[in-house]
Amino acid sequence: MARLEEYRDIIGPQLLEELEMLAQRLQGKTMLHVNSTAVGGGVAEILNRLVPLCNDLGLKTRWEVIKGGEDFFAVTKKFHNALHGDAQIILPKDYQVYEETVDRNLSEMSLEADVFLIHDLQPAALIKRRSKDSRWMWRCHIDLSHPQKEVWDFLRPYIEKYDACVFSAPQFSQKLTIPQVLIPPSIDPLSDKNRELEESEVSKILDRLNIPTDKPLVTQISRFDRLKDPLGVIEAFQGIRPYFEARLLLVGGSAADDPEGAQVYQEVVERAKGDESILVLSLPPTSHLEINAIQRASTIILQKSLKEGFGLTVTEALWKGKPVIASAVGGISQQIIHKHSGILVHSIEGTTYWIQRLLQKPEFAKKLGENGREHVRNNFLLTRHLRDYLLLFLFAQTREDEFIRL
Amino acid sequence: MPLSWVRAKEPFRFFSRLSLTIITGKKVKNVRELLDEIKQAPDGVIYQHTHRFLQEYQYWIHEPPNDFSIWVSQALKNETLGEKLSAIDTVRYRSLQDLRQALVTTLEKYFKQGGQDREALEGEEFSLLQTVRFSLPTTYQAQDLLEFRDILKKISLSSLYLHVFEARLRPPLGKDDFSHWLEGELEEKGLAKQMAKLNPYTQTLEGLRQEILAMLDRRIAEFHG
Repeated sequence: MARLEEYRDIIGPQLLEELEMLAQRLQGKTMLHVNSTAVGGGVAEILNRLVPLCNDLGLKTRWEVIKGGEDFFAVTKKFHNALHGDAQIILPKDYQVYEETVDRNLSEMSLEADVFLIHDLQPAALIKRRSKDSRWMWRCHIDLSHPQKEVWDFLRPYIEKYDACVFSAPQFSQKLTIPQVLIPPSIDPLSDKNRELEESEVSKILDRLNIPTDKPLVTQISRFDRLKDPLGVIEAFQGIRPYFEARLLLVGGSAADDPEGAQVYQEVVERAKGDESILVLSLPPTSHLEINAIQRASTIILQKSLKEGFGLTVTEALWKGKPVIASAVGGISQQIIHKHSGILVHSIEGTTYWIQRLLQKPEFAKKLGENGREHVRNNFLLTRHLRDYLLLFLFAQTREDEFIRL
Repeated sequence: MPLSWVRAKEPFRFFSRLSLTIITGKKVKNVRELLDEIKQAPDGVIYQHTHRFLQEYQYWIHEPPNDFSIWVSQALKNETLGEKLSAIDTVRYRSLQDLRQALVTTLEKYFKQGGQDREALEGEEFSLLQTVRFSLPTTYQAQDLLEFRDILKKISLSSLYLHVFEARLRPPLGKDDFSHWLEGELEEKGLAKQMAKLNPYTQTLEGLRQEILAMLDRRIAEFHG
């Protein structure tokens, strides 16, 4: 796992120093993160990297995972979908399963810490055993703007016992009686998905995946999901011909465990049939290096989602200095300023137009990519995420809401 | 007189400005509601929507922006009012209260002159955010011009931003920390005057650092010459 010192060349010595100075203000404090899984998913991915960095800074930080049976995770999956606004049938027994599992964890888990960061809804009710002197923060990683009322009514009293809660974008938040803090997610520049790659390494990977590079690659990397509008991407791409020669690459995750994903994948393959300029590729979820190489080999990256969370695939592409054309939805508009750090679109026609423009104006495309990379460097790297968490803990300690002298 | 003889009684202590953003949960959908909120919002809200941009886009030379003007132009399609709001020179004001008043005056004048209001589409409302500012002392302090120059090469851009621009919002002085110290402690009136004229919208913060370093180098060369 990367040590803090390894980020020096990427973020500069000054920011590293700031992190160390902030950590000094928290020396002696113990911290505990709790989430629902140790592997898989974005939260575990971030914690795997963030927790060692906190310890590197001298902050005693632990990470616990809430334990539950199949019934518990089936219930929390329903709750998760309900909070996302996807109506679910909730039975009284579901609440009981949730409460009993949390209670069992409370009796088994070591909850010794000064500062708690509880991630998402599965462990949210652990707050019922909070001690007076500790500080508890709830980190919500999902869009909570349109929750199913009965589930939110059940969870809300727990959430309002926290000192503060954290959202990734202002539009994902809820009206609450506790402070709500905005902390966007981040990418790790040293992970396999984002680290620098030699050109030879990129070529080798593309050869292995049978991706020709004889024409400019226009790429969308997203799971095969209708909300990512893969058919719209094909239509937009086909609109650039006969004026431009390029290749469209649609890359998605394995669809084996997702029946709808498998169906969308088939629809995409069907639509692309007979068009030799379109490649559809399904990769296993562990293909981080492959994704990295594909992004680096691409001329333009698309993210034509109809709905989006924060859109970390956009962050990843921007970090690689690529010109990105993306829909102005979800957290994407936090990342792209139109015609400055990328292109924001609202339609298939607009996407076609901008693919043409960027192929035609490589210097402009290059400038967009450079600005995008600097914007990510300043705002969406893991070290910024770490700094925000340290500031959050200091905020929760002082409870001042305007100005804090450290 | 050798430069090393000019020592400040009070060293310049460098601080860093860090911030956390609070989601207030308040949203406005037209200019009238925006005006009401600007009148009563905490200072941190005014700060957030007039200064955030400069910190998030440190690498970019851009127009003096504020989120209010961008929203009025883009979401309300009121480009005339948006232009007037964007013409408010953020770094000219000596307190957040003065800056707030400038925004209020512009919006009130718009209505007095018969300006029309319209509502933003659903989902395009303006979300009011608030900055919590943290002042973090660094380990650096300077007592003369040479030390000051050497440290300036090392400090973070957020520290530079704090001392050059945000300091101007701090009553009662309303001036940047560098020129205040250079004039008061080292009697460097010429340098202080040049420093006070610096504008964040003509270059990046890194470019600004280089400009200040060049000013200091010239002054140091004069001494040695």
